[in-house]
Amino acid sequence: MDLSLSTRTVGDRTIVEVGGEIDVYTAPKLREQLVELVNDGSYHLVVDMEGVDFLDSTGLGVLVGGLKRVRAHEGSLRLVCNQERILKIFRITGLTKVFPIHTSVDEAVAATD
Amino acid sequence: MPTVELLFSAQPEHVRTARLVAAQVARRAGVDEASLDEVRLAVGEACSRAVGLHRNNGVEQPVRVLLNEDEKKFSIEVVDEVPGTAAGGSPDAAEDSAAEDEGEMGLAVISGLVDDVEVIEGDRGGVIRMTWPTVSV
Repeated sequence: MDLSLSTRTVGDRTIVEVGGEIDVYTAPKLREQLVELVNDGSYHLVVDMEGVDFLDSTGLGVLVGGLKRVRAHEGSLRLVCNQERILKIFRITGLTKVFPIHTSVDEAVAATD
Repeated sequence: MPTVELLFSAQPEHVRTARLVAAQVARRAGVDEASLDEVRLAVGEACSRAVGLHRNNGVEQPVRVLLNEDEKKFSIEVVDEVPGTAAGGSPDAAEDSAAEDEGEMGLAVISGLVDDVEVIEGDRGGVIRMTWPTVSV
C-alpha cells in the first residue's frame, strides 16, 4: 500500500491524517507535506498515524525534521497513535520522550503543554 | 545455497518488495507470528541502508538479500557492495551526511529489534546478518 495524506484544520491546529506505509520510498512525500504546511504558516500540527501500517527510521527522521521546523516557529507537533507495533519503534529509539503521543485526535487538539 | 535469494536495483521503491518477500519466507520457515513485524522492519531498515549506500557511492550493482532457512533458525543477510562503511563511508559520500545519519538510525533500530545481529565489513562491501529462531510446525 502506498502513502495517503490528507489535512484539515481544527481551530489553530492542522491535522495531518496519514495512511499506508511510511518508508524510504514514501517518506519524502510526508516530508514535502510537512514542509509545505510550515511554509504556509501552520505551526501546530497533529499527525494522526492511526491509518499507518508501517513506519521505519526514514519516517521517524521526517517526523523529527517536522518537529524541528515547527519548533523554530514556537509551534508543536503531536502524534496520534494507538498501534503497539508503531509505538514500539518510537520506544526503542527513545523518541517517546521527544514527541507527545496521544490516543485520539481530540485529545491531541485539546492538549496545550 | 540460500532458500531464497533476492537481487534488486538500488531504488527505494523496491525496499517494500524485499520486506514482503522476507516476511513471507520467514513465515513459511516457522518464525513466530509475533516476530514477523520485527522481520519486516529489520529487513526494511537493512535494505534502506544498503540502497542509500549504493546510491551515495554511485554503485550500480544490485542489493542482495539472502534468506536462509535452517533447522532451528531463519537468517537474513543484506549485502551491499560498498567497502568499509563501518568506518563512516567512503570520502566521496562525506557531503551526504544526512543520508548516512539515516543509515545509522536504521542500524540502531535493527540492534534494538533483533537479538541476534552481526554487521560484517569486508573489502568488497558489508553484510548485515540477522537471525531468528524458528518453531517446528
